[in-house]
Amino acid sequence: MTILGVTDRRRTGGYQGLRNGQPLPSPTARVLRGAALAVCCFLVLFPFVGVVTTSFAGQDDVNRTGGLVMLPREWTLDAYQAIFSGGVVTRALLVSVFVTVVGTLCSMAVSTLLGYALSSPTMVGRGWMLMLVLLSLLFSPGLIPSYLLVKQLGLIDSLWALIVPTMLSGFNVIVVRAFFMGIPDELLQSARIDGAGEWAIFRLIVLPLSKAVLAVVGLFYAVGYWNAFFNVMLYINDQSKWTLQYVLRTYVVNNTRIGGDQVNVDALPPQPALQMAVLVVSIVPVLLVYPFLQRHFAKGALTGAVKG
Amino acid sequence: MTMTVQRTDQRSGPPAASGPPARRRLSLAARIRRDRMLLLFAAPGMLLLILFHYLPLLGNVIAFQDYLPFLGFRGSEWTGLGNFSVLVTGDAEFVTALKNTLVLSLIQTVFVFPIPILLALALNSLLSERVKKLVQSILYLPHFLSWVIVVSLFQQILGGSGIVNQVLREQGFGVLNVIGNPDAFFAVLTSQVVWKDSGWATILFLAALSRIDVEQYEAAAVDGASRWRQLWHVTLPGLRGIIILLLILKLGDSLTVGFEQIILQQPAVGQQASEVLDTYVYNNGIVNGDWGTAAAVGLVKGLVGAALVFGANKIAHLFGEAGVYQR
Repeated sequence: MTILGVTDRRRTGGYQGLRNGQPLPSPTARVLRGAALAVCCFLVLFPFVGVVTTSFAGQDDVNRTGGLVMLPREWTLDAYQAIFSGGVVTRALLVSVFVTVVGTLCSMAVSTLLGYALSSPTMVGRGWMLMLVLLSLLFSPGLIPSYLLVKQLGLIDSLWALIVPTMLSGFNVIVVRAFFMGIPDELLQSARIDGAGEWAIFRLIVLPLSKAVLAVVGLFYAVGYWNAFFNVMLYINDQSKWTLQYVLRTYVVNNTRIGGDQVNVDALPPQPALQMAVLVVSIVPVLLVYPFLQRHFAKGALTGAVKG
Repeated sequence: MTMTVQRTDQRSGPPAASGPPARRRLSLAARIRRDRMLLLFAAPGMLLLILFHYLPLLGNVIAFQDYLPFLGFRGSEWTGLGNFSVLVTGDAEFVTALKNTLVLSLIQTVFVFPIPILLALALNSLLSERVKKLVQSILYLPHFLSWVIVVSLFQQILGGSGIVNQVLREQGFGVLNVIGNPDAFFAVLTSQVVWKDSGWATILFLAALSRIDVEQYEAAAVDGASRWRQLWHVTLPGLRGIIILLLILKLGDSLTVGFEQIILQQPAVGQQASEVLDTYVYNNGIVNGDWGTAAAVGLVKGLVGAALVFGANKIAHLFGEAGVYQR
């Protein structure tokens, strides 16, 4: 794999005892390290197992264990049917999807356009604009003033409060710009000579060449929107505008009972199954995009991350 | 634009002063006209940046006011440094928040920071590229889960009816009281941070490891350096730059510890055990409406953080390191 344009699969010219430019550890050390890494992987994956199995468990299983169910005797989809039946959870899911999709599209448009402008070597004012972007990475403006600003803008209890304040990430702009800088200037110049305007160059040359970095940055933004929780707590009071993360916090972290008025089913599935079903639904989208993210990590995510 | 080509070799003197200049500088207006499309591209992004990153800085004036929302910035009374009194009078709640923040910061720098380095070294010694990729994929995953999910997962595993306690009960041992126990709260917080972000943090160290020149190891091996000596004299110096960079950034964040993570768990363990500076600002300002004091604490916190970054960077430069930025 290649990180920062450096491939770590290097041949060492047949020198014994070295691999990948690293000294080869002794067999015992290798076994120990392998075991340590295996334990780490287990610690990461283990929590998911109980959560997923519990979401398929029925009332008898829950009564038997008094909580999480590692091995349900009867597998049932009741919990999922209940949360998709058009109650609080269903609405929160739709809100989360809306915020994530709209937010990511807006973020991508704004970030790529700014990144492209900043990648031009001659643009007037490029220096101080870049400075403003970089400085914004080193400090945060402070919670109270930010809150008062959103309030002044009249965004309290609006879904835009979850999108606009976090629409531009300076870090992502730097990543996109670093990638655009790598595109050969001759290519853009020849297009200009052929009479292409900046918009045409951006759309027809630059964007198609940057698919990898766009995928990574887009997914970073999407995961950010999907996972945002505190802004909901801060700006949204209206229960019909809760996102899935906030629902998760209310019904799972704070253990508020999911009652019959939150779901539209006749028989209420057991609480742990309902809670774990909500948890699974909030994790699944991340797991779905994760493999794609993985593929492009090495290419896009770190460009300019270290060399700012 | 006219371009005049000049031969520049030793014998030809400087061009005659009366000649036309080689390139005319465009006036600012002309450059703006020329770049109008690019400026238009940059406008929405810069607008957002200034609106949400730089304008709120001005909002910090309320730290010097007895701010009341219905009076606004202009109508509220100026109180000078009155709001900053909690910083010096030893207000109990504030002192608790400061103490918790510093302790957590210290734990995260001393115990949490080295873990990704060790993980990266272990990953790097895996022989099979395939296995390495698989392990990396698994270890990166938790970084992409939200704090709400991470806290929920920890509750399900370690909580009263969690998996661990189920097993302990079946085996006839006592029950582990971890979740919601104020005494164990720092340990829980730390393990959550380790679980979530250690894998992700290895990326930077792996990148640095892959850039170490093989010949250095060969030379060290030829000179009879043992594996430990190679680690000490070749590997660690190769990681030094990135470690220093991350430590500087960590220092700048030393007054900021896991806000979302703590806010989520505060109801369960109480304020005494969990209040940090960020939650102090939130609880006092947004929950209790003591805007001035909260803004003052937030402002000082931000200024100290910035000063720490610049100071640490200066020290790094003195030692000949690159640091976060260079002039």
